[in-house]
Formats: sequence, C-alpha cells, structure tokens
Amino acid sequence: MMRRLIPRPALSLALFLLWAALTNAASLGALLLGGLLALVMPFVTRRFWPDAPRLARPVVALKFAARVAWDMLVANWAVARRVVGPVASLSPAFVEVPLDLRDPFVATILSSIVSLTPGTVSVDVDRDRWVLHLHALDAPDPDALVRVIKLRYETPIREIFSC
Amino acid sequence: MNLVIEFVVASLILLGAAFALLGSVGLARLPDFFTRLHGPTKATTLGVGAMVLASAVYFTATQQGFSLHEIAVMVFLFITAPVSAHLLAKAALHRSAPECSEEIDDAGK
Amino acid sequence: MLNFAIEIGFVLIGIAVLLNLWRLLRGPDITDRILALDTLNINAIALLVLFGIRAASSAYFEAALILAAMGFVATVALCKFLLRGDIIE
Repeated sequence: MMRRLIPRPALSLALFLLWAALTNAASLGALLLGGLLALVMPFVTRRFWPDAPRLARPVVALKFAARVAWDMLVANWAVARRVVGPVASLSPAFVEVPLDLRDPFVATILSSIVSLTPGTVSVDVDRDRWVLHLHALDAPDPDALVRVIKLRYETPIREIFSC
Repeated sequence: MNLVIEFVVASLILLGAAFALLGSVGLARLPDFFTRLHGPTKATTLGVGAMVLASAVYFTATQQGFSLHEIAVMVFLFITAPVSAHLLAKAALHRSAPECSEEIDDAGK
Repeated sequence: MLNFAIEIGFVLIGIAVLLNLWRLLRGPDITDRILALDTLNINAIALLVLFGIRAASSAYFEAALILAAMGFVATVALCKFLLRGDIIE
C-alpha cells in the first residue's frame, strides 16, 4: 500500500524539500501544497524515470557527500592554481577508467561527481565495455588518477547503492 | 546585522567572485577546448555557488525567517554544471572526429 | 565592509564577463562559443545575486532562478543540435 502510494520515496522527499526551499517554507499552506505535489509528481513523471537502485547505506551516503563537498573545494583550488600558472607545462590527457559498477543510474552519478571534483571532466560512459572516458586538465600520471577515482569515488558509491 | 555575519557575507562574496573570475580566466587563457571546459565547470560553479550562499546568509540575517530559496539555485547549479559539461564535451568530440564519436554514440546505446 | 565587498565583487565579475565575451567572439570552434555563452549566463546569475544583496531585495532571486533554468536548457539544446542536427527527435 505504502509502496503503491509513494512509488519513489526519495524523489518525493526531494520534491517536497525543493518546494519548501522555493517558498521559504513560509506557511502551512505552502507546505501542504508541497506535500501534495511531492505525492502527485512521481506518478505523472513515472514513465521518464530510470529504475534507480535502492539507497542501501544512507549514513555512508551522507559521509560521502561531505567528502565530495570537501574534494570540490580542493579541486577548485588545484584548478585555479593551474589556470593562473604557466599553461604550457600542463599535461592534459584523455583517460579511460574501467568501471566495476554495472548500473547506468549509478554511472551517471559517478560521472557527475568526477566532473565536479579532481581536475577531470567526464566525456562519455561506454555502456558496452563499462568504461568511463575522462578528460584531465593536468595528469602527468594517468594510472594514478584512475586508481584515485576508483578507490575514492567508485568504491564508496558501489557500497552506497550495493551494486 | 551584526559584524560577524557581515564579515561572513563579505568574504563569501569575495571568494565567490574570485573563483568566478578564475573560471573565466581559464576559459580565455587555456589552449584547447577540452582544457577550457575545466574552468567554467568547476571554478565558476563553485564561485557562483558561494555568492548565492552569501545571499542566503544575508537575507536570513536581515529578514525574519530563513531564506532558503537561494539554496535551490545553488543545488540546481551544482546538478546542471556536470551535465552541460558532459554534453559540451560530447559535442566537441563529435565535431572533431565524427567517425570516432559515432562509434562512441552507438556503443552508448 | 559589505558594500565595499559588493563593489569589488561587481568589478571581478565584470572582468570575468569581458573575458567570456572575448572567448565568445574569438571562438575558434562553435563549442567554445556555447561554453562562453553558458559561462556568461552563470556570471549573469552572480551579478543578479549581487544586485539583490545591494538592493536588500529578494525580488532579484526569481530572475536568477529563471536564468539558471533557461541557461541550462539552452546549453543542452545547442549541444543536442550539434550532436544530432535536430533538437526534438
């Protein structure tokens, strides 16, 4: 019953929080309308959503989010230094990261995190060979970068979604 | 508004503006498209995110109640930045080597 | 102190906008121009937020939100067009 009424609890919660933020959670009426929207919108948009894997470890997910936020600050500092430094000494490279995960939704999250963090932008996710194509701004040692991404981001994500 | 909050807002604005400027410096200065992509996706996003956060702190301090709607803009920016970067990179690959990126496209299906 | 910080913020973002315009005009490829437009859009959000703080009015926020949404859709549409030669398949 609960499952049928709220097919996507995470999506509903996100919609409700977004509505509360947009209206500044000003009044009870706004919150009620937000709750109604959070219940109705997942039904209306049901056909467009991919089958997301279940969030198996919410606590690990929160810790991981905090670490990603910190990494974003560090990565920005690194990019900023390289941008103002001598441009000719950069060694940009295309890097291929072989993935162990096998879920398109989780791969999308991983590629978004990779785009925002360590001096890399994801270019393509190859879903036949499960390889993440990246472009790195400054990667003198591509293998080390691959190891960092697998250990620091892919392993926790696989743990969080248990896939 | 007390001095501590004013200081926080001012430093967030300065930090954000500096990062946004660095992102644009990267856009103007780096040698090829794929390296240019790095500046705007990371530095500009974080910079504008910091300024939006400054606005949230400021309005929370000056008006009654919380000012949360700036957080929505920030979340939106952080979600969309990697997506546009990804699409731009794909488009650039497609243009620089059509045969090669066709392959990637087909494999991606 | 806050007003001073806002003025400096305007100057820094203004320089950033000029750099973006330079890249927009220079290219060389069309993807560079799209990237420059996207960055200009995000910097415009920053300017709006600064205006909002200076005017102590949260009315600017709605414009910033719409700019963020429209800018993203525009970038995606332009990239789709480059990739497929068509926007809506």
